[in-house]
Amino acid sequence: MPTQTQLISITVNNLPVEVEQGATILDAARKVSVHIPTLCKHPDLDATAACGICIVRITGSKKMLRACCTPVEPGMDVTTEDPEIIQVRRTVIEMILSKHPNECLTCGRNQNCELQTIAADFGMRDVTLDSIVPDLPIDSTTRAIVLDPRKCITCGRCIQVCQQMQDVWALSFLERGIDTRIAPAGDIDLADSPCVRCGQCSAHCPTGAIVEFDNTQEVWDKLLDPDAYCVAQLAPAVRVAIGEAFGFPVGTNLTGQTYAALRRMGFNAVFDTNFGADLTIMEEAAEFVRRFTTAGSTLPLITTCCPSWVDFMEKFHNDMIPHFSSCKSPQAMVGALAKTYYAEKMGLDPAKVYVVSIMPCTAKKFEIIRSKEMNSSGYQDVDVSLTTRELARMIKQSGIHFRGIPEEQPDHILGAYTGAGTIFGATGGVMEAALRTAHYLITGSNPTRVDVQATRGLDGVKEGRVNVAGNEVRFAVAHGLGNVETVLTRVREAREAGTEPPYHFIEVMACPGGCVGGGGQPYGVTDHLREKRAAGLYQEDQSGLWRCSHDNPYIQELYRDFLGEPLGEKSEQLLHTTYTPRPTYRR
Amino acid sequence: MAKQTFADLEARAKAPIPTVDKPTIKVGLSTCGMAAGAEPVFNALNATVKSGGLDWKIARTGCAGMCSMEPLVEVALPGQTAVMYGEVTPEFAGQIVDAIAAGKPLPANGRVPSIAELACIAGEPVAEGEAKQYRIVMRNCGVIDPEEIDEYLDRGGYQALAKALSHMTPEDIIDELKTAGLRGRGGAGFPVWMKWLLTRESPGDEHFIVCNADEGDPGAYMDRSVLEGDPHAVLEGMIIGGYVIGARNGIFYIRAEYPLAIQRIEKAIRQAKAAGLLGANILGTDFTFNVEIRLGAGAFVCGEETALIASVEGKRGTPSPRPPYPSVKGLWGQPTMINNVESLANLAQIIQRGGEWFSGIGLGNSKGTKVFAVTGKVKHAGLVEIPMGVTLRQVVEGICGGSATSSPIKAVQTGGPSGGLIPARELDTPITYEHLQKLGSYMGSGGMIVMDETDDLVELSKFYLNFCVDESCGKCAPCRIGGTQMLRLLDKIADGRGTQEDVATIRRLAHAMDRASLCGLGQGAPNPILSALRYFEPEFRDRLVSGKN
Amino acid sequence: MTTATAEEDVAAIAKRWKNKRGSLIMALHALQDRYGYVPREAAMSLGEQMDVPLARIYEVLTFYNYFRLKSPGDKVVSVCLGTACYLKGAPQLLEQASAELGIKPGETTDDNEYHLQVVRCVGCCGLAPVVTVNAHVLAKVTPEMLTAQLDRGTDGPVHATAAKPVDTTADGQE
Ligand SMILES: Cc1cc2nc3c(=O)[nH]c(=O)nc-3n(C[C@H](O)[C@H](O)[C@H](O)COP(=O)(O)O)c2cc1C
Ligand code: SF4
Ligand code: SF4
Ligand code: SF4
Ligand code: SF4
Ligand code: SF4
Ligand code: SF4
Ligand code: SF4
Ligand code: FES
Ligand code: FES
Ligand code: FES
Repeated sequence: MPTQTQLISITVNNLPVEVEQGATILDAARKVSVHIPTLCKHPDLDATAACGICIVRITGSKKMLRACCTPVEPGMDVTTEDPEIIQVRRTVIEMILSKHPNECLTCGRNQNCELQTIAADFGMRDVTLDSIVPDLPIDSTTRAIVLDPRKCITCGRCIQVCQQMQDVWALSFLERGIDTRIAPAGDIDLADSPCVRCGQCSAHCPTGAIVEFDNTQEVWDKLLDPDAYCVAQLAPAVRVAIGEAFGFPVGTNLTGQTYAALRRMGFNAVFDTNFGADLTIMEEAAEFVRRFTTAGSTLPLITTCCPSWVDFMEKFHNDMIPHFSSCKSPQAMVGALAKTYYAEKMGLDPAKVYVVSIMPCTAKKFEIIRSKEMNSSGYQDVDVSLTTRELARMIKQSGIHFRGIPEEQPDHILGAYTGAGTIFGATGGVMEAALRTAHYLITGSNPTRVDVQATRGLDGVKEGRVNVAGNEVRFAVAHGLGNVETVLTRVREAREAGTEPPYHFIEVMACPGGCVGGGGQPYGVTDHLREKRAAGLYQEDQSGLWRCSHDNPYIQELYRDFLGEPLGEKSEQLLHTTYTPRPTYRR
Repeated sequence: MAKQTFADLEARAKAPIPTVDKPTIKVGLSTCGMAAGAEPVFNALNATVKSGGLDWKIARTGCAGMCSMEPLVEVALPGQTAVMYGEVTPEFAGQIVDAIAAGKPLPANGRVPSIAELACIAGEPVAEGEAKQYRIVMRNCGVIDPEEIDEYLDRGGYQALAKALSHMTPEDIIDELKTAGLRGRGGAGFPVWMKWLLTRESPGDEHFIVCNADEGDPGAYMDRSVLEGDPHAVLEGMIIGGYVIGARNGIFYIRAEYPLAIQRIEKAIRQAKAAGLLGANILGTDFTFNVEIRLGAGAFVCGEETALIASVEGKRGTPSPRPPYPSVKGLWGQPTMINNVESLANLAQIIQRGGEWFSGIGLGNSKGTKVFAVTGKVKHAGLVEIPMGVTLRQVVEGICGGSATSSPIKAVQTGGPSGGLIPARELDTPITYEHLQKLGSYMGSGGMIVMDETDDLVELSKFYLNFCVDESCGKCAPCRIGGTQMLRLLDKIADGRGTQEDVATIRRLAHAMDRASLCGLGQGAPNPILSALRYFEPEFRDRLVSGKN
Repeated sequence: MTTATAEEDVAAIAKRWKNKRGSLIMALHALQDRYGYVPREAAMSLGEQMDVPLARIYEVLTFYNYFRLKSPGDKVVSVCLGTACYLKGAPQLLEQASAELGIKPGETTDDNEYHLQVVRCVGCCGLAPVVTVNAHVLAKVTPEMLTAQLDRGTDGPVHATAAKPVDTTADGQE
């Protein structure tokens, strides 16, 4: 409903500016290209007002106000910079540095740390205050993310992310005053907490207080091992984000360059998780069609390629287990096939095949060991999972000139993919891809328009319906775990009332924006970045040869030569999994 | 008590205050009195009277304000002026009983000024001598039994509510408050009428009124005494506030350290409900208003409005940026009016006697009276209620008797942990919001700590800062880290290891805390030190390491 | 805290407060009144029954000074360090108590008899310095009075009485 928005006129450093009601001083300043330094504010999140660095002065008042959270009022005359303001900001930064370890050289955020940047920008040369860094233990129990509370500046972002955005409530502040510290709920190990390892806290943390668990060294070790046959697989969302670490415009698709870099680093073969995505669609669409066309089946079907979502469901919504697709995630499927199908085809000893997945995700580090089905090949299907950020670092270490590297092709046997596989990386992509193949399975032909616009975009919950041979398929797409509740509530209400389910198919991705906004992606994500990354994926889908998973000839070959048919015995054994309720104390 | 009607209250208004028709002995039974041993006195009196089969009245009452002389016992005989005794023991109580029973004169020793002698109560004529105090807020404290609604009703209680509901629109009341010029007594002195108006006019699903009874200033206890001594007065103010802003629910946020105040407010709520003065259809009108109690849990910062709201919502009591102000978006996101206990305790009197009357008391823009808890090195530590504009000297030396020690008074601290020191030479300053601010202190909630020449102001500055560091919620960097670092520097200076640069760093940190802290706690935390440096810098300089000055 | 009655008590507290907005702190007060502190299992059970995340419970418990996570022992000795008491010698009383009990503020004696803590004003400033022992308020405390209090032999406080413990189940509703 379009409402008449009232514009408010103010001046910022004597520049007149008009902004909408409710805009902050910071918003107004941005509009006229005035930069106000901020530290605790994140564009995704409500202002916590914790740092005090964004203070500005309003003419006529001695007090200083926080630009990040003060709404503009008509006629405000804002000064963002004067010697006194700068002195106060410098003193506050000095305070923060006095309670922070100077460990930049060995810190996971070196060179992309917001605190480091602000200290550099302000030319901090001397901290005269005593160092009062608390002695607090590091928590790396999840082996997905690492918490170093000493480096925490208590900006509160991760808490808002974990409690509100993700509704997990694994993290909280404990104690108060100078003793305030970030800790898992009730001061336990993070691995014992409700944490679903989505890594969104790390993606939003301004400092090195929460970073991904680094697995790069073990990968280097394997690459050095002459006995190991190292293969890599590249997730959909990685290709449009990795460039940010090398100065490419956001959303640039660097698939071929990344394949090349992986080969130069010493991988024997390079696969694409997009192939796994196509395969997931083959299985999942078949599963959907079976349920959709068989009276009395459990509907809606819910997607399961996001491990944080799976974990979240097992912990908090395990009444939904019957609704869950039994399909493994694309990375798990590629892992399972690398050590069976591929090894067989290439005459390799599967024991020597070492599968490294490159993921936008910290939770994938956990997914590879989440249940016994993750060893379906007889070995651990995926040996190690790296995040986009880790891969970027490895590329830098390898001395690869990533900006100039010529593109290469994947090893097609587990690397060729369709546009449907690519869009898995964006919220709604799995749904759209599945609907394309479902249509084919039901009608025997592809839809005239394969695009399903209602699945796209950044609305937290997207609902839509498509017509398949006269039948209406109702779907919902949710991303950001905090948005799940509304969708599930509708399902439960219908179930209790014994009425027609509100949806037939639901996609959930834990991270806002889906994997393009994953917890392991390059830092600094905003909705603007999420959109651009997603656009890179949709563009590849648009321009590709094949846009439906079932059209992928390598997938067809795989079924013909090895798997048999979707949901067949071999598929069930290698590509499907089960779920168990893991009740933890209620968040 | 049966549900009251307008007619019942009208009848009450016409009836005179019951006079003493039999020997009446009142014992101050507030926290302070009990701590000083009032309960055994009360029990002894009751036991003696009972065993003697005497038809006397042994009554409980609240804080008279002469805390240092607790236990306080007031003896009133028919036709005679009441006599007050201080530091009464059960044995002495026995002597009093014996004297009355024998028809002999009351003991001459142990007498202290009675409330009537101390104060003019809400503008009633004083028999003789000049009134030193002026009791509006404390008009019933130490006079009535706080656990008996009847005694409150006998003395004009709930007449204001009746008047408000029957004769005044919410706008009329706001106008009256505007005429009165009442400013918030919780510290900042924001005009009460304006807050009420803003909250009333803010759109919302429902409106809330909250009584801020968190009283966190260490060394101040005015609010506790009023809650314990005259709970219905606060409740009545709150009900009127609810009527004005259109609230159906009110909340008492009381610190858990005040168990007796909590009990008395609970009791008052029950009594008012039974009397139809609270709950559904108050006094038969369609105004429905309920009150709940929520307890604090030991966090000074929860006195700050946004932190208080977070606490009531069951969260960590950390402040949020303002705006939006609670009057627009407060408890549960709804318009919420937060008022201090003393602000609310003034309400009924203003409605009853009119804004003109109230604004005739006080000085300049500081209208009415203010209650202070005067403690430290004064002879008579206790609560005093004075018209604004009375000087500090009149309070400290006049009412409270000056220094309790052989050493002269050196300074007075007002405004608590965010307040400041006022040196003895400024004692002739009138007590108003503006005058105190000019001296670098502020009114605060009413703590007044008196120091003599032996008190070490470096240590005292440390004490206050330490308090703020302990109580910092930790949300914002300037307060959390700035306070801690400043305390370390102050420690250094106190230990004789400080340098001139440390003093400069303290000033720099103080400036940053003042400008960049999120809430009043961090902004005000440097005040005690800054004011100490302003008036007593030599004491700091003397402590610096020699040679480095 | 594994006994059936304990569980029933937690259930009763949870039931009492569950459907009241923002009542977590009241419920935690009730738990602490019941146990003298807030035992972990009780907190977890309360959270489950009131549908409050454990993270919220612990962030609240550790924020507010009033709540204890460990059993405090039989007698909680609170020395007031508010301004009035501070000026009247409370720091020396605290040192004395600490020395006589052999524990630092915030600690409990080995025999679980005494817990020593600091409070910031109990509102009896006119009678400073003030020490409380459980619910008893001691006024104008002298070193001798304090010694008598802490003497393991004597029982109960020297001539002092005070308010009854808080009834946190009350909220002004009948
Ligand atoms: C750190 C801090 C502590 C405060 N503590 C109290 C308090 O204990 N009691 C109180 O009434 N007001 C306190 N205030 C002031 C309140 O925030 C608020 O201004 C007041 O309750 C409003 O009521 P009034 O307008 O009636 O004064 C405090 C403010 C700050 C910044
Ligand atoms: S968090 Fe930032 S400032 Fe701190 S050590 Fe790491 S890189 Fe340096
Ligand atoms: S930035 Fe400074 S401290 Fe860090 S590595 Fe370079 S020279 Fe060393
Ligand atoms: S990884 Fe996700 S669930 Fe775990 S603490 Fe971080 S935000 Fe919370
Ligand atoms: S861990 Fe990071 S995001 Fe969380 S509060 Fe600390 S600095 Fe902020
Ligand atoms: S949305 Fe993608 S990146 Fe985020 S947790 Fe799920 S799988 Fe990982
Ligand atoms: S503060 Fe004063 S009035 Fe209150 S109890 Fe203590 S001594 Fe009595
Ligand atoms: S100023 Fe202090 S008390 Fe206030 S919000 Fe900041 S840290 Fe918390
Ligand atoms: S950016 Fe505004 S307070 Fe931190
Ligand atoms: S007489 Fe009770 S407060 Fe002092
Ligand atoms: S300062 Fe000790 S009771 Fe108030």
